[in-house]
Amino acid sequence: MSPAVPARLAQDGLAALGRAALDLCRTVGAVVLFALQGLSHVVRPPFHPKLFLRAFLEVAYFSLPVVGLTAVFTGMVLALQSYSGFSRFGAEGAVANVVVLSITRELGPVLAGLMVSGRIGAAFAAEIGTMRVTDQIDALTTLSTDPMKYLVTPRLLAGILGMPLLVIVADVLGVMGGYLIGTLKLGFSSGSYLRATLDFLQVMDVVSGLVKAAVFGFVVALMGTWCGYTSRGGAQGVGSATTTAVVASSILILALDYVLTEAFFAR
Amino acid sequence: MSESVIPKIRLRGLRKAFGTKQVLDGVDLDVMPGQSMVILGGSGSGKSVTIKCILGLITPDAGTIEIDGHDVTAMSPREREAVLDRTGMLFQNGALFDSLPVWENVCFKPLAQKRITRAQARERAAWVLEDVGLDASVGDLSPAELSGGMQKRVALARAIASEPEIIFFDEPTTGLDPIMGAVIDGLIVDCVRRLGATAVTITHDMASARRIGDVAAMIHKGRIIWTGPAASLGETGNAMVDQFAHGEREGPIAMELRR
Repeated sequence: MSPAVPARLAQDGLAALGRAALDLCRTVGAVVLFALQGLSHVVRPPFHPKLFLRAFLEVAYFSLPVVGLTAVFTGMVLALQSYSGFSRFGAEGAVANVVVLSITRELGPVLAGLMVSGRIGAAFAAEIGTMRVTDQIDALTTLSTDPMKYLVTPRLLAGILGMPLLVIVADVLGVMGGYLIGTLKLGFSSGSYLRATLDFLQVMDVVSGLVKAAVFGFVVALMGTWCGYTSRGGAQGVGSATTTAVVASSILILALDYVLTEAFFAR
Repeated sequence: MSESVIPKIRLRGLRKAFGTKQVLDGVDLDVMPGQSMVILGGSGSGKSVTIKCILGLITPDAGTIEIDGHDVTAMSPREREAVLDRTGMLFQNGALFDSLPVWENVCFKPLAQKRITRAQARERAAWVLEDVGLDASVGDLSPAELSGGMQKRVALARAIASEPEIIFFDEPTTGLDPIMGAVIDGLIVDCVRRLGATAVTITHDMASARRIGDVAAMIHKGRIIWTGPAASLGETGNAMVDQFAHGEREGPIAMELRR
């Protein structure tokens, strides 16, 4: 092998890496501008309250069953697992505390975010993507309607405002799941379990979870609308936009969860 | 026509490239007020891109687009919106909104601009649907429940509902049988005449071009290569236009086929 070959391979590898980095920067910049443009319409008339209400119901009401079931079972599993682990150290009494903290701070917002990402993020991307490839978005423009204002802004707002409500329900149901297992299976009395839950819970635990929920709701709606809005190439393009919306929002939720936890609780 | 009349639409040196492909390479075109202009050209010749540039859906790389003598490429978004407000567009595939019933599709623009109430919009949609030969009861259906021909008529109804000054038609007869194509052409001619509008139609369909157009222009490789009366299509004396009009394989237009 000529000595020039490894050098050329290394050069090609670096060039590919550079191109990927530039593409990533370009995409991040485009997503940020898209988000700012979408949010700017929140304060600029005309408004579309009906579209917001429809998106809000989709996020906060029609996602209730899937998020509620996830929260109940998570609370139940958490109670069982923490009981079996803590019993090795004689710390069974901490089960209620672990359940309520885990649910309100982490699992409520994160699991609700992931569930909503699969349900709402995918639906937003598929609906807007189909509108893009069938010229419906261009049709909006020719009908003197700003597609960002009509399609994106109501969904972003619904994500930001709907997710915290959903997470409040998820928190209650998750704690209730733990309570059911604690009292019916693990032998806690109803009063002592509830007292341990409420005594240990602080306002910051709930608030941090709700802030996370609003951020995750925004991320899900943003990735869904962005992927749909920029989709190209017919049915395959819409399918790929839907997949990208769910994958990207799921990863962003987990990454942002760390960042927000660090911001709220790191000492 | 008098030289002093300002064209309704005037394109000068319009250029647009996608990557390395130069789709529009200096398009010059005048459409006079009240005229029905048909733009002909092969697939990928730049017809749709020309219309999308005029409508502001695509930003041209260079050139000017004047509407009533005002360069819309130099306008602010708000001014441009005011110009767009006077236009209507019939998309090739209809582009009706799936989530809305037919009557809301037809009166989408006045409803979105809150110029009329929902009750008024329903009433107005019924009239406009009748204008395009559809029963008012169609207004309650969803676009997915309509046949291709009915969808085209609803799309036409939406394009004319706000009584625009300029109407664009993107391949209005594509996907329709010849009889339905002729019906749609007839409706287009009637609506445009009744409104006194200026019309720009892009099509491959020669029969449709002759029925709809007063004048025709042929675009090839991103440039207008011929303009003349639509009635003369096929006997223009321009070898390229005549080859296209007769659909002949042999001639100056070499098809880029992958062998």
